[in-house]
Amino acid sequence: MSAPETRTAAELADALASGDLTSVALTQAHLDRIADVDGAVHAFLQVDAEGALRDAAAADERRGSGQPASALDGVPIAVKDVLATRGLPTTCGSRILEGWVPPYDATVVARLRAAGLPILGKTNMDEFAMGSSTEHSAYGPTHNPWDLTRIPGGSGGGSAAAVAAYEAPLAIGTDTGGSIRQPGAVTGTVGVKPTYGGVSRYGLIALANSLDQAGPVTRTVLDAAMLHEVIGGHDPLDSTSIDAPLPGLVDAARRGADGDLTGVRIGVVTELGGEGYQAGVLARFRESVELMTRAGAEVVEVSCPHFVHALATYYLILPAEASSNLARFDAMRYGLRVTPDGSPSAEDVMRVTREAGFGDEVKRRIILGTYALSSGYYDAYYGQAQKVRTLIARDFDAAFERADVLVSPTAPTTAFKLGEKVDDPLAMYLNDLATIPANLSGVPGISVPSGLADEDGLPAGVQILAPATADDRVYRVGAALESLLAQQWGGRLLDQAPALEGAR
Amino acid sequence: MSDALMPYDDVVARFDPALGLEVHVELNTATKMFCGCPTEFGAEPNTQTCPTCLGLPGSMPALNARGVESAIRIGLALNCEIAEWCRFARKNYFYPDMPKNFQTSQYDEPIAFEGYMDVDVEGETYRVEIERAHMEEDTGKSLHVGGSTGRIHGADYSLVDYNRAGIPLIEIVTKPVLGTGAKAPEVARAYVGQLRELLLGLGVSDVRMEQGSLRCDVNLSLAPTGSGTLGTRTETKNVNSLRSVERAARFEMQRHAAILAGGGSILQETRHWHEDTGVTTSGREKSDAEDYRYFPEPDLVPIAPSREWVAELRATLPEPPHERRARLQAEWGFSDLDMRDTVGAGALGLVEETIAAGATPQSARKWWLGELARRANESETDLASLGVSPADVARVQALVDEGKLNDKLARQVLDGVLAGDGGPDDVVAARGLGIVSDDGALTEAVDRAIADNPDVADKIRDGKVAAAGALIGAVMKDMRGQADAGRVRELILERLA
Repeated sequence: MSAPETRTAAELADALASGDLTSVALTQAHLDRIADVDGAVHAFLQVDAEGALRDAAAADERRGSGQPASALDGVPIAVKDVLATRGLPTTCGSRILEGWVPPYDATVVARLRAAGLPILGKTNMDEFAMGSSTEHSAYGPTHNPWDLTRIPGGSGGGSAAAVAAYEAPLAIGTDTGGSIRQPGAVTGTVGVKPTYGGVSRYGLIALANSLDQAGPVTRTVLDAAMLHEVIGGHDPLDSTSIDAPLPGLVDAARRGADGDLTGVRIGVVTELGGEGYQAGVLARFRESVELMTRAGAEVVEVSCPHFVHALATYYLILPAEASSNLARFDAMRYGLRVTPDGSPSAEDVMRVTREAGFGDEVKRRIILGTYALSSGYYDAYYGQAQKVRTLIARDFDAAFERADVLVSPTAPTTAFKLGEKVDDPLAMYLNDLATIPANLSGVPGISVPSGLADEDGLPAGVQILAPATADDRVYRVGAALESLLAQQWGGRLLDQAPALEGAR
Repeated sequence: MSDALMPYDDVVARFDPALGLEVHVELNTATKMFCGCPTEFGAEPNTQTCPTCLGLPGSMPALNARGVESAIRIGLALNCEIAEWCRFARKNYFYPDMPKNFQTSQYDEPIAFEGYMDVDVEGETYRVEIERAHMEEDTGKSLHVGGSTGRIHGADYSLVDYNRAGIPLIEIVTKPVLGTGAKAPEVARAYVGQLRELLLGLGVSDVRMEQGSLRCDVNLSLAPTGSGTLGTRTETKNVNSLRSVERAARFEMQRHAAILAGGGSILQETRHWHEDTGVTTSGREKSDAEDYRYFPEPDLVPIAPSREWVAELRATLPEPPHERRARLQAEWGFSDLDMRDTVGAGALGLVEETIAAGATPQSARKWWLGELARRANESETDLASLGVSPADVARVQALVDEGKLNDKLARQVLDGVLAGDGGPDDVVAARGLGIVSDDGALTEAVDRAIADNPDVADKIRDGKVAAAGALIGAVMKDMRGQADAGRVRELILERLA
């Protein structure tokens, strides 16, 4: 494939650097691709052709004068609609924010702009990032580019689908319980959840503050590392952000690409890979472990006994924090306002607006969270969940004594059919089984495509977790696994995706 | 409004009052608690805001370290323990002027707790125990337009000003104050007054009650005398002057007593204070405790002030007002009454500085509480912002002591200083206000007076020395009060001998 949009971000950066390609041409190629296929995929809620081309022209000018702003200057990107973008509508996939144009940029967005990445637009997501399928978007679902009748994962299905469908070489997602990694797994893309506090949350419209983390969605591990270095690092506007330099992530990804894992201890988590996991997903996972073993890794079984409570813990903490975060959407200052007839009170306006502006899943979680925090129940629910959270963190500590990284399938199944689980919240929640513990403990994780499941020919992913702040480890091992798998397949997994209708 | 009242003497004969005071203090930090917006009072609405203090989606708080420092200093000055580790919490409730619909506050982990302040009332000392002093952010301000009351009911629309949203507040909560008996209203007033003075001394707040930078809620309950129990309390919100604190407490005591004596029971509620009529009216019923669904604020890391820092702050605390007053009173030899008047006039520091600049305690006090207090009153300002410095006052007094000014001239000199004409010496020079004791000029004036009043001169020549007063008056008038009266008298007697 030679069309510019099929190349990796690293390759595109090289082409821009050598003058083989201009950012304007590259950006236009992606805008054309979006025009061709997004009607079928619906990865974008908002495309900003004008802004992207303007930024691309500025990037070309910088290149021309020999002063690129970063290694990725001029490489376009898509941003999940949960991040505030100055001058560009930001809706969080919700009616209640329809048409809201933030007067400020999220720190991640500001860093993308400073590094010269033209922003193509805002990608679709489950409303307020609540969901695992992007079917809870108020603006309609995103379709998986591998099979348009299937879900692209969630909540960041838009970002993953945009990268998988070659609509954008790079995207930003956010991961509260797996919303970067799980969509990565089911669309054959690479998704990284950095260490909590490693990437600023300022301007990320909070779902659950203690769990949320923005991160890269890309087609290769190296691309993710390059993007991570652009968006990561300390931000004084986010007091939970880590005040220390990032480890060398691009270096780690380059080192890993030789596929040598000699001396690396890989821990297979017993609790993440048994019942409830699809056979084809498990088969690809075992192959990956086998490849890593042959590449010199030492494989150990580790048990994390409290992981079985992770899902329950998560579904107490998340709604509690979310119920408080969503209180600000009250029709007073921005977004939707529905005014009932007569002379309504402020409470009436709030009630009617929220009834119309929030979807079912959001309402469900607000009610759950309000209950979990209410007096008399706090200790039994929220307080207890925080204790279990501590136990899960201790499981990680113990596991990382024995292993440098932990591995598991990223998601228990491949992409399911649109509509299949949308009315069954519990079944939907189970999709994040393997990814949630990392959010509860703040450790970094990556999902690397592990191949296609035998029974349905759809992508599966392997998750690699490392201790907090050791993000370089997930890149090194992730790049190694990626390279070992590429040797096996004779190319990238995404090249096996069916051509999309309308694609050139 | 038709609440019956019991005569105050009867109230205190039959009931024991319990006070509880909650004081909100706006800190005078340059920027807000969680963002970099300025905190100046009186700016155009909504000009001092940003995504964070507007609570825009995605915005996050970042803690103002200076606010924490002020909180610790207040805690230390109130003899509190300072938490080794504490957090902010979210207090969730809905109100249109609250940007996030939760207030970032402290709940079960206040930064300061378990303190006290000794309060003086007419020579007696009452120990008010402090339960906690915690940090929080202020809300915005609503303006209800249309309707007659200025309240939300009946208004056509409401406007919200978020300039105040996010300004750091310290809430200081007392434990129930018992055993004050008939003095409860005075103790309440004295507590708030002394607290104001303490905060002023710390330099952490403007403590302007009329501008809302210090706001007081007065909790009050009555129990039958000697029963040792606590009655049902009411909370009178936002009482905005020291005098009103006392009046509101007294009013609530009389109102509660009338209801209890009539066999009724007190409704636990918030009440509004009406300055003009001197009564409280029912606000919001608070019979079931509100569920604020507190939980630790996940966007802010915990605060763990190091013990070294706390010790450093403790070492730099100013002398407590109580001790300072006792020390100064002894040093100056003031009576209790003089001292109380001086403190009450807000002149303690000014008098102290005037003495430091060389004046005697009595003369410093005389100027500040007499002439200058009168002028401050006339121009509706306070002594400190009158435009006369303690050094000016000390200099005027020195000129009087040196015989270069008399009282009348000294007042004219102060006029000049107040008018911005410079220091006392500048004014004396510019307006020619010094006393004339030059014999040449005085002799001329004396001769003119003798010539103009031959009858009086004759009387003096006849030995009626007492008549000299009339001639002295004439000379003084001639010389616009600037003559040295003693020398004039000598000259007259010399000329008429």
